[in-house]
Amino acid sequence: MANPVVMMRTPAETALIERFAAEKASLPGASQARAEAFARFEAKGLPSKRIESYHYTDVRNLMRTVAPVANDAVAGETMTLDGFPRLGFTNGRWQGGDAPAGVTVVPLADAYRDGLAPGLGMGEATDIVVDLNTAFARDGVAIRVAAGAEARLHLAFSEKTSAPASILPRVIVEIGEGASLMLVATHQGPAGIAYQVNEVVELRLGKQAKVEHVRLNLSGDKAMVLSSVAATLGDEAELQTTQIALGGEVCRHQVFVTYQGENAKAAIRGATMLRGHQHHDTTLVVDHAVPHGESRELFRTVVDGSAHGVFQGKIIVRPHAQKTDGQMASNALLLSDDAGMSNKPELEIFADDVVCAHGATCGSLDENQLFYLQARGLPRKVAEALLVEAFVGEVLETVSDDGLRETLAGLVSEWMRARAVS
Amino acid sequence: MLEIKNLHVEIDGKKILNGLNLTVKAGEVAAIMGPNGSGKSTLSYVIAGKEDYTVTEGEILLDGVNVLEMEPHERAHAGLFLAFQYPLEIPGVATMTFLKAALNAQAKSRGEDELSPGEFMKRVREAAGQLGINPDMLKRPLNVGFSGGEKKRMEILQMSLLAPKMAILDETDSGLDIDALRIVAEGVNAHRDPNHAFLVITHYQRLLDHIRPDTVHVMAKGQIVRTGGPEIALELEERGYAEYLGNAA
Amino acid sequence: MPAVKETVETVRQIDVDQYKYGFVTDIESELAPKGLNEDIVRYISAKKNEPAWLLEWRLEAFRRWLTMQEPTWARVHYPQIDFQDLHYYAAPKKTPGPKSLDEVDPELLRTYEKLGIPLREREILAGVEPQNRVAVDAVFDSVSVVTTFKEELAKAGVIFCAISEAVHTHPELVKQYLGTVVPTTDNFYATLNSAVFSDGSFVYIPPGVKCPMELSTYFRINEQKTGQFERTLIIADKGSYVSYLEGCTAPKRDEAQLHAAVVELIALDDAEIKYSTVQNWYPGDKDGKGGIYNFVTKRGDCRGARSKISWTQVETGSAITWKYPSCILRGEGSSGEFYSIAISNGMQQVDSGTKMIHLGKNTTSKILAKGIAAGRSDNTYRGQVTAHRKATGARNFTNCDSLLIGQQCGAHTIPYIESKNASAVFEHEATTSKIAEDQLFYCMQRGLDEEEAVALIVNGFVKEVLQQLPMEFAVEAQKLIAVSLEGSVG
Repeated sequence: MANPVVMMRTPAETALIERFAAEKASLPGASQARAEAFARFEAKGLPSKRIESYHYTDVRNLMRTVAPVANDAVAGETMTLDGFPRLGFTNGRWQGGDAPAGVTVVPLADAYRDGLAPGLGMGEATDIVVDLNTAFARDGVAIRVAAGAEARLHLAFSEKTSAPASILPRVIVEIGEGASLMLVATHQGPAGIAYQVNEVVELRLGKQAKVEHVRLNLSGDKAMVLSSVAATLGDEAELQTTQIALGGEVCRHQVFVTYQGENAKAAIRGATMLRGHQHHDTTLVVDHAVPHGESRELFRTVVDGSAHGVFQGKIIVRPHAQKTDGQMASNALLLSDDAGMSNKPELEIFADDVVCAHGATCGSLDENQLFYLQARGLPRKVAEALLVEAFVGEVLETVSDDGLRETLAGLVSEWMRARAVS
Repeated sequence: MLEIKNLHVEIDGKKILNGLNLTVKAGEVAAIMGPNGSGKSTLSYVIAGKEDYTVTEGEILLDGVNVLEMEPHERAHAGLFLAFQYPLEIPGVATMTFLKAALNAQAKSRGEDELSPGEFMKRVREAAGQLGINPDMLKRPLNVGFSGGEKKRMEILQMSLLAPKMAILDETDSGLDIDALRIVAEGVNAHRDPNHAFLVITHYQRLLDHIRPDTVHVMAKGQIVRTGGPEIALELEERGYAEYLGNAA
Repeated sequence: MPAVKETVETVRQIDVDQYKYGFVTDIESELAPKGLNEDIVRYISAKKNEPAWLLEWRLEAFRRWLTMQEPTWARVHYPQIDFQDLHYYAAPKKTPGPKSLDEVDPELLRTYEKLGIPLREREILAGVEPQNRVAVDAVFDSVSVVTTFKEELAKAGVIFCAISEAVHTHPELVKQYLGTVVPTTDNFYATLNSAVFSDGSFVYIPPGVKCPMELSTYFRINEQKTGQFERTLIIADKGSYVSYLEGCTAPKRDEAQLHAAVVELIALDDAEIKYSTVQNWYPGDKDGKGGIYNFVTKRGDCRGARSKISWTQVETGSAITWKYPSCILRGEGSSGEFYSIAISNGMQQVDSGTKMIHLGKNTTSKILAKGIAAGRSDNTYRGQVTAHRKATGARNFTNCDSLLIGQQCGAHTIPYIESKNASAVFEHEATTSKIAEDQLFYCMQRGLDEEEAVALIVNGFVKEVLQQLPMEFAVEAQKLIAVSLEGSVG
């Protein structure tokens, strides 16, 4: 039979290989992790649709060129949230800001030089996009929440570049035993600029630690955003991570959760609203490696225009991870004839005493519900908005902070209003 | 108030209404009775403007204006209200949010200001109190997990708040126990006056014990086949619909 | 409760030897030399005395195959297959082609009797009500040895014969439809099949005809080191109906054997095809030695408006199963169904499911898949549901449930649900669980032992699918399920 296909390197792959050679010496710390991650990339190249987990988002094909590292900082929007101490980031670089009590924040480079190692949050998973961040990341912060502390923190990422640029921040958060953290990350960037983000947030939850993580994607309309959340859960830890995505042109949001301690819980959620030619892929790997874990996934995707939504969720239950309880739901609403949605909820189960289920639905708004609302006097557009807002509202309502929840609901309403006008 | 002239309606090419004529005057409470499959629910949906039906001939006039060209919400603004036989469950939309949206849409169509939150709350509480609706229910998503009786009461609550001039009650009595039936009927009776009209669609006579109609129409095979006073209802209760199933065109 | 009683009876009757079809028929065979090249393709074609166009069709597929790679995406693992170490043609010497029953080697008839497949029409007639008759095409290694009830079927205009025979008797039909559902370029195994396919069944139901009896094919692999590559083609013309059953067994052998079949179904306007399979190829021994590699491409094309294709499968055999009976819903208002029970035990690996490709308006599909994993097996459901842009009003409902018995097996669910049409409504649900302790306890408290209780509960778990099978098959399948799970508890 034929020989295995040899993939030609794309210009982007070649550029990344050259860049690593050039920058290697000057990259701060973590040199072994960087070298290993880079070697995996070099062997496999950028993930293409031939790779099962990238079937719907062919990064190799989408990322034709690699933008240079961002070097200018023009004026741009930044968000503030009431009641949240704020750390500002421009083009991935920490601009300072005061950490609240019980929380220490150091620049990533310093943390690496002090011996902090990246990648632990990935468990057994490997992923080339995460590897690229590991290999190249200079910017970002390491955050440590002391045992027993309670804190809130807003990471305000604002990309301020006037030309295509690549931005690769990494945030490593260690949450000590019994500590609790509400971490909100907002991402904004300029319209019309094809900047590339590859961002990784590692959340390492100690015993009985609690984290509520909310990521708000308001990236620029030409941006390619690859974001990854890699979390490890200690005994009885509780993680909630929710992404609200409205921005970007091509986005892939990955969440890797590995259960290391027993009786841990994770809730992974997302509300995604797409229009125009946007492409958004949410890919989850929830790895129940130990017994008595619980996971809940709830994703709502609204697709308008000729946009395309993707949901891939994999629940793995390893041998001996008995009494695992995993429930996953992905629901999509298609609002236009050209909209598309691909759902791939997976179960990979090797232990018998488990309760796992997934459900996926895809369809348009329910005509009977619309008629009922219209019969009560709501114009069709208003009725549609009410139903769509309720649809994503089930994700938003899980956000515990009232102010943040209202901000998010406001963004969704705004999105529907913009739709009604167009 | 409501005038239906020679109405012909099809769904998926199948004829359901065959030249139906019906007039309901201001202040009148009219009942339509008929066997299953006679087209009663179709009639209510067509009046309210459901898309699935094709009107091939005829007119529906509300105060002399043909409503067939109007969108469902425009008909609602014009004063038409349909209490659904099967009220829809709308997950994620709190009942309160929904009531507010409906009242605001009505106000907007009349060029009026929206109700103040205080005024809105007051009206809802009053209406809910009269219908024996627990205020906690108003916080729950609309009709989700409500019992049959609760759903029907919620329909009447909406009717009270929107104060339509022409209300159509489609089998509102189905699935109700006797107490709920009485509460619903009282809700309707409270709104009887010379400016409002009701069209009560039912299969059985028992709702009409509580809402005394001025006129009773018998519907069969997509037409009104007989019109008379309340005595017809009693007669039907005794003799059933058999005689109407054979003779309609 | 009669159901309980029946299950208990079935479980009691289980042989000590779990795979009771593992015997070898001692019969002299004619074998093609081992290996695969153009000469072998020509040899097979010559054996069947095929017309030139078909040889050319095979050769083209073979050349294409040389450029292809074995797929690796399925969740199955096996040692590399040496495609040059197989015989691509094996035929019992005394019965080189389909003949009348009187000429069939008595040894072969005995084989089928042993398998519970009576081929003598008068025997069938003696014991069974006429409406329950089943016409059988018996395929032994690479050839069809006999097809029963042919004449009676012919009276209704139904053509039911070996495909090698149809090539000669109805060349225009074969030429018109062969390879139009599964093209020769489709996938590695289907392309290989196109090059070397040996025999299989051909069915044509004329317009407006409801086939007067169930049709069935019984596949038997006997010879060592052979691959079986049958090809089945069923055409239901406008307004016709046919129900077709397929059964398969093979002897116990230490080496793995390859089975790469292709089944093509075509339903024209208002036609309906119901295709049922009970697959019980030898699964290999408890350590995973031997067994059939079952790499099968089955696809139905709902070509006509309001046509319907329904697949029902009970998969209990084979060491490795790689099989996705699919429907292309092309005709407006056409519908596809897939009902599946896949049971894996021992070291078996199953990667099976379906594809429902919605192309036409108002097409509907339903998927009901039940997977049961026991022993050290792996059981994967893989299914794709796609609505193309023009598939306005498409509907799919999918339910796949997995049951795990024991702690060393795996059950996996991998659905691909792709919608490019807003009015398409897709619903998918899946669950994985084990047999609840309290259910087991309840049954055992009523006097069933653990194995009986498991069989009972499993039969309940798969009941909705079993109900889709024709009566005689359902009983057979129920027994098979109990046997397949033997030794899975305790």
